Amino acid sequence: MATQTRPASELGQSLAQQPRRGFFDLLQDWVMTVDHKKIGLMYITYALVFLLVAGVEALLIRIQLFKPNNNFVSPEVFNRLFTMHGTTMVFFVGMPILFGFGNYLIPIMIGARDMAFPRLNAFSFWISAFGGLLLYFSYFAGSGLYGAGTAPDVGWFAYAPLTARVFSPGHSTDYWTLSIFLSGIGSIGTAVNIVATTLCMRCPGMKLSRMPLLVWIYLVTGGLVFVTVSPLTAAQIMLCIDRYLGGHFFDTQAGGSAVLWMHFFWIFGHPEVYILVLPAFAFANEIIPVFSRKAIFGYPAMVAATVGIGFISLSVWAHHMFTVGMGPGPNAFFTFSTMVISVPTGIKIFNWLATLWGGNIHFTVPMKFAIAFLFQFLIAGLTGITLSVSPFDWQLGNSYFVIAHFHYVLVGAILTMIFAAFYYWYPKMTGRMLSDSLGNWHFWLFIIGFHLTFDFMHVPGMLGMPRRIYTYEADRGWAIWNMIVSSGAIFQAIAVLLFAWNLVRSYFKGDLAGPDPWDAWTLEWSTSSPPPSYNFAVTPTVESRRPLWDLKHPEEPDSQYE
Amino acid sequence: MTTTTVALPHHAVEGWHQPSRGVVGMACLIVAESAIFIIFVVAYIFYIGKSLTGPTPSQVLDIPWFASICLLSSSITVHFAVHELRVNKVARSAWWIAATVLLGSIFLGATALEWYDLIYHHGLTISTNLFGTTFYSLVGLHASHVIVGLIMLMLALLFAIAGKVTQHHAERLEVLSLYWHFVDAVWVVVFTVVYVLGR
Repeated sequence: MATQTRPASELGQSLAQQPRRGFFDLLQDWVMTVDHKKIGLMYITYALVFLLVAGVEALLIRIQLFKPNNNFVSPEVFNRLFTMHGTTMVFFVGMPILFGFGNYLIPIMIGARDMAFPRLNAFSFWISAFGGLLLYFSYFAGSGLYGAGTAPDVGWFAYAPLTARVFSPGHSTDYWTLSIFLSGIGSIGTAVNIVATTLCMRCPGMKLSRMPLLVWIYLVTGGLVFVTVSPLTAAQIMLCIDRYLGGHFFDTQAGGSAVLWMHFFWIFGHPEVYILVLPAFAFANEIIPVFSRKAIFGYPAMVAATVGIGFISLSVWAHHMFTVGMGPGPNAFFTFSTMVISVPTGIKIFNWLATLWGGNIHFTVPMKFAIAFLFQFLIAGLTGITLSVSPFDWQLGNSYFVIAHFHYVLVGAILTMIFAAFYYWYPKMTGRMLSDSLGNWHFWLFIIGFHLTFDFMHVPGMLGMPRRIYTYEADRGWAIWNMIVSSGAIFQAIAVLLFAWNLVRSYFKGDLAGPDPWDAWTLEWSTSSPPPSYNFAVTPTVESRRPLWDLKHPEEPDSQYE
Repeated sequence: MTTTTVALPHHAVEGWHQPSRGVVGMACLIVAESAIFIIFVVAYIFYIGKSLTGPTPSQVLDIPWFASICLLSSSITVHFAVHELRVNKVARSAWWIAATVLLGSIFLGATALEWYDLIYHHGLTISTNLFGTTFYSLVGLHASHVIVGLIMLMLALLFAIAGKVTQHHAERLEVLSLYWHFVDAVWVVVFTVVYVLGR
């Protein structure tokens, strides 16, 4: 056991002050690495690149829908755009960026030197990265060697029988299948790592009841990945068997069932939303207390709510299928279970509010994003409850109301909290602060753009505009709303570009951050910024949920109260 | 802004114990694999009796008693292999691993014969009807897991013959045995669904 008393600062000098090295040294360093921090950063960078790509796809979609009877892109290209936008955002932006933060933060937060299986970690990253490249390779080879490229155009949930060989000739659908299959293998590998690291690599004294809430939430997310991504993997194998070996799983001509694919896809699809949103909660759990200068309110309730969400999320999938005609029994059950899930989610919102209550709130850029998240996530939840009522869903299912609802979750809650996480942990990852003024521009432009786009997107949905239509007639009364929605997209695009510029510029010119710029309380802030490859020179010991608070306030440590 | 890092306390904590990461990792993999199998089993059950053309399961399937007994008893042999290695009897452990490989191979051979019979004598392929599609994919998915298990067991056997295995590796062999037990447990489900319920 480590009982020596050498201070860690002697070993961990700030790497930000060392000279930077040559290109090939760096390349070799990053390609061969099994260090959880480098893999985490690669996950994040790769996801950011795809965020820009899928963002451009969204812009093209919005330009096409800007006015009635528009011909900016052809209908075929439009189908490919929304398919690629959805698939990329879910599998190659959302998942990798969240795994990236998890990879980077979990070992440091629990006082470990690396993940449980470093080589599996590298494998998972590279196989997911390959999946993403394969998806976009379809643009060059989707029709085979001589037919050249078409991207997948079956929609991100690829309902059968559209995916059958007759209706989707060529290979574009297979690129879709295989890229998701590979990304699924990577996700399961990383999830195995996250769960094993959390359960087996904690530093002495870091009991489960003392883990930072972020780590708790990632533990639950990891568990969800096993039971959620695997069914999708199984369904993709079946689709491959249908398309290549002449199987009949989803072949209605031979007695197969198209509805079975819907079930299999949404058994994955809905818990997936929680896989994406739980890490956003995790970031909020770390950021809101630090900038309220208070410990999180209701730690045990937060853990219980997280576990509750994990379980309930497995029983809500068919609320995506109310319009299929499942009968009154399933409709009632899935309406009920969908409403039940709002209870643990509500507990979380009230706990965050109680953390803010009476706190000394610091309105830094990450905190601004976190507060925007609270409002936006609440509204996203309210439209979710609205849609969970099956008769209401019969009216609005597959309309732009649904699109507005889930973008409120994905952009208003998840992406907003991801931005907060960037502003909060970027100093730790690079040793330099992100620019505050650029950050404020980013925040306000993004919030204005977000609300212009997604608040007003509910309206054409209620007026009957279905999703995925290529264009619309002028006399439908949708034109003005679509124009507002598309204008908002421009604000968001500028905001994201400012953010990307901020990331690059601050890496070279940002203020030096020092190890603990926010005066925070979890273990990652005890290391230098960026942390040395071994994280901790000596394995630390913790006695409470806020080890750095204990150090900074020896007269009143948390361990007295927990 | 401070430029130095704080010194964290570090001392021994009484009774600090965490589970083995190998066992936890394998348990996680088993949960994920179970979810894949559940989907295939659900598809199989959903499509029982829904084939539009023959042959039907009752016409062509025989219950593979011998192969099943072989596979299930290999769970016992692999358990003994781990046990012997734990008490440092490496040679005995190697014999038990060899027995496991043999039993697993018999199972795989029996599956191969069954498939040969189905394809060449009964004309049932994966594209014949829904029964063929679901049967070959479910049984094939299981068989592919048997193959992976056999490859790993044979590697362990080769290392043991080369004298590279010591008592130190008992935990690793245990992790492998967990996988093998899982493959056997899946067979119980597949057997029940395909040869008992579905026939």
